[in-house]
Amino acid sequence: MSRSIATALALLVLAAAGHAADPIKIGQYGAFSGKEAAFGIAARKGVILAFDEANAAGGVLGRKLELLTADNQSKAGESATIAKKFASRDKVVAVLGGNPSINSLEAAPILQNAKIPMIAISSTNPRVTDMGSYIFRVCFIDPFQGAVLAKFARETLHARRAGIISSLNNPYSVGISKVFRDRFTAAGGMIVAEQKHSEGDKDFRAQLTSLKNAGVDVIFHSSNYTEGALICIQARQLGFTGPIFGGDAWEAPQLIEIGGAAVEGAYYSTHASPDSTAPEMQNFIRKFRARWDGETPDSIAALGYDAALLLFDSIRRAGTTDSEPLREAIATTTNFPGATGRITIDQDRNATKSAATPD
Amino acid sequence: MSEFLQQLLNGLSLGAIYALIALGYTMVYGVLRFINFAHADVFMVGAFIGYYMGKLVPENTIWGGLVVLLVAMIGCALLGMLIERLAYRPLRGAATLNVLITAIGVSLLLQYSGQVFFGATPRTFPAVFPSVNFALGNLVISSNQVVVIVVTALLMVGLQLIVYRTRIGTAMRAVSLNPKAAQLVGINNDIVISFTFGLGSALAAAGGILYALNYPSIDPLMGVMPGLKAFVAAVLGGIGNIPGAALGGLLLGIVETFVNGSQWSTYKDAIAFAILIIILLFRPAGLLGKVSAEKV
Repeated sequence: MSRSIATALALLVLAAAGHAADPIKIGQYGAFSGKEAAFGIAARKGVILAFDEANAAGGVLGRKLELLTADNQSKAGESATIAKKFASRDKVVAVLGGNPSINSLEAAPILQNAKIPMIAISSTNPRVTDMGSYIFRVCFIDPFQGAVLAKFARETLHARRAGIISSLNNPYSVGISKVFRDRFTAAGGMIVAEQKHSEGDKDFRAQLTSLKNAGVDVIFHSSNYTEGALICIQARQLGFTGPIFGGDAWEAPQLIEIGGAAVEGAYYSTHASPDSTAPEMQNFIRKFRARWDGETPDSIAALGYDAALLLFDSIRRAGTTDSEPLREAIATTTNFPGATGRITIDQDRNATKSAATPD
Repeated sequence: MSEFLQQLLNGLSLGAIYALIALGYTMVYGVLRFINFAHADVFMVGAFIGYYMGKLVPENTIWGGLVVLLVAMIGCALLGMLIERLAYRPLRGAATLNVLITAIGVSLLLQYSGQVFFGATPRTFPAVFPSVNFALGNLVISSNQVVVIVVTALLMVGLQLIVYRTRIGTAMRAVSLNPKAAQLVGINNDIVISFTFGLGSALAAAGGILYALNYPSIDPLMGVMPGLKAFVAAVLGGIGNIPGAALGGLLLGIVETFVNGSQWSTYKDAIAFAILIIILLFRPAGLLGKVSAEKV
């Protein structure tokens, strides 16, 4: 009799302990399949690495971390659905993600309403963090990226006449094209023509022929790598020999895989280069290779890792997972040593850092 | 002037692909009077068969490319006949709307099974045919574009010959005119219809391979947009009419290219489709279609 009471008590204690150590649920959404899958998959690998490390070190606030991921299949509308699911069914304490800005713009208003902090991984459109006080990001924004690209085109490529190809239904592409146009013109260059395409288009010969005949020195393509690779192939076929470059949405292994020889000598801007000698970056690359069979991470993976670590750090500083203190802790992050640089969250909830342009 | 000619060439090669897909739509419509919406997804399956076959043959050889093309065409012909047998034959004699809805169902089935089996991530199509660029003064055209135009022209002529010069073609036209009467004179309708689907699907496979050679990034939803455009091209040319499909495809490709290359590229699809609406307002049966009175 007394033995069974003891057992029951032990079970109760176990149950209580189990309750206290409920895992901290964190959601990540992204494109893990479809035409933007390279971004989501890279970011997820970085995030998983961060979770593994934190859990191996005993978790955060004595609780394990649980990652819930959801795939938006590169489809419009899906990110909003996932945000609703995270908020109402999974009750996550925070959300990581959003690579293409259009995804973050869908999810942000819903998470803002639910008062769940969101850290966008590589959404660079300025409007993303304007969505509300709970929305942050760890990457640079397009006014910065566009200025860097314009400076690069003007000073490194010595371009005088530039042509732009942008995607007409992609807010990232439209936004960064405008910044590039303004900054390139201000630096004494001339935008000869801007041509548009739709998401998922595969034939760009018409736009490229028109740009080539307008006499452009360089072509800036402001949308994703799937279109970018085909643009490089078709531009070379049409005999355009000048440099072609893109923004951070070009950074994916598929750019080279699809584009082949045609993307040699093409440029894109990136959030961080694996060639960086910063100890945090080298450390991250070493751990990433060990975790993912020797694969070299790209900057999106590094941003995913940084977003997760910044969130863990904020939870530690807040001492709780309650929404308002956590939001406050993220907002006051200063000089956080991330793989992509020292991150400070400014008053507009954006990260301040620097950008690199490899070829 | 050279820009005009270059854009015309670009438009021609884009239009030839629309035309090639449109041929399949129009042929099935010509015999069965229904739009096989799954056609564009058979086109996708053709590209994927080419993708897997392309890994087995040496790259950049003409015979390797032809083997890939042939296997994809045979594979898709079988798939087309299977779809007809399983999905459309049980509905023979049912209302047209039922068959149409079934066709949309088959289309979705192929797209999403494709996502399960092939994955939703775009794949890089191997360079199965050798590719070179020809330059004529300022004009540039790649051998792949030439292949598309030539193959489309050959297939159109071949199809026209099959339909108008062979026994099976005569049987196809007989079934189209009156299925019951055709049966009475000893034509096996099932075989004729099965053949029509096989032929149409083989065309779709050829289209898929040629498309993938030109735009080497393939995914299970790749058929949706070209399929829609080709369907419009078939209607524009006069659905059921083989030269009409080719004409419609070329016209659509050229208009789209010229709008794309102009300063109004933002409105590209809007302008291209507005022109189509205007043409159809004046010629409701399409450019080469015949207006036929229907008994009610």
